[in-house]
Amino acid sequence: MIPLSWIFFLSLSLFTIGIFGVLARRNLLFILISLELMLNAVVLLFIAGSRYHPTSIANSDGQIMYILILTLAASEIAIGLSLVIHMYRQHHHLDIDKLNQLRD
Amino acid sequence: MIDNLFLISAAVILISALLTITAHNVVHALLYLVVTMLAVSMVFFLLGASFAAALQIIVYAGAIMVLFIFVTMMLHQGEKSLAQERHLFHFSTSIGAFILTLILFCELIFILFFMPLDIDNALTHTYHSEFISVKQIGKQLYGPYSLLVVISAMMLLSALITAIHISKSAHILPKTTKNQEAKL
Repeated sequence: MIPLSWIFFLSLSLFTIGIFGVLARRNLLFILISLELMLNAVVLLFIAGSRYHPTSIANSDGQIMYILILTLAASEIAIGLSLVIHMYRQHHHLDIDKLNQLRD
Repeated sequence: MIDNLFLISAAVILISALLTITAHNVVHALLYLVVTMLAVSMVFFLLGASFAAALQIIVYAGAIMVLFIFVTMMLHQGEKSLAQERHLFHFSTSIGAFILTLILFCELIFILFFMPLDIDNALTHTYHSEFISVKQIGKQLYGPYSLLVVISAMMLLSALITAIHISKSAHILPKTTKNQEAKL
């Protein structure tokens, strides 16, 4: 049996790596990749919760949440990548620091 | 045995996630991301969720990765974008974000290991449950969770419409602005 705290540790580390990627990178594609990593960390917690849940009736709830998050990730990536294509057509780069037209 | 397998795949997940975040080339980052997804599906398999593991490989490492690689091949300009990305990302410029996330990580670790929670003792007796089959998930999904199926279908439809609209309006937008300028 895998201790639950190990899975917590793995999920938290993966989530922190994803947050670091979102904060540190300035390329829009890398920010989307980091969002994928963060979603994976959350999904890992859901699966572990469905495994370690004491009652057997609620056992598959975590996997159903996993399917919902999978759909969410797919639609998010579709919209995000279309935004990437749109940005590249208009600006010919993917640097989010140069997107300051609303501010100026 | 399962513990060792979990440790190995967890190490693979963390190392490849770090390499994903710090890579300069987008294609290399996507390759490391595929490795991360496969290792996460290995962890799912070790946790007894074999359907979720298969779904992870099919959807994440298959479909979403194909989308990423398609867009990258559309946008990639070889050495030019590589030099641009090298100019964009230095580790010394991202030291602030690194410190902030390190603080967050230490906070989460403190919550995990030093808060008085008695999870492990409560859960030592509960690992006797059976593996969750696809039939069980399907029964749940079309029984008490049928609203969730409807919601995810509407979400996919709205995402489809949004993606079509955003990628289409790039063609339409300059024309309309020109017409508006001519009218003005």
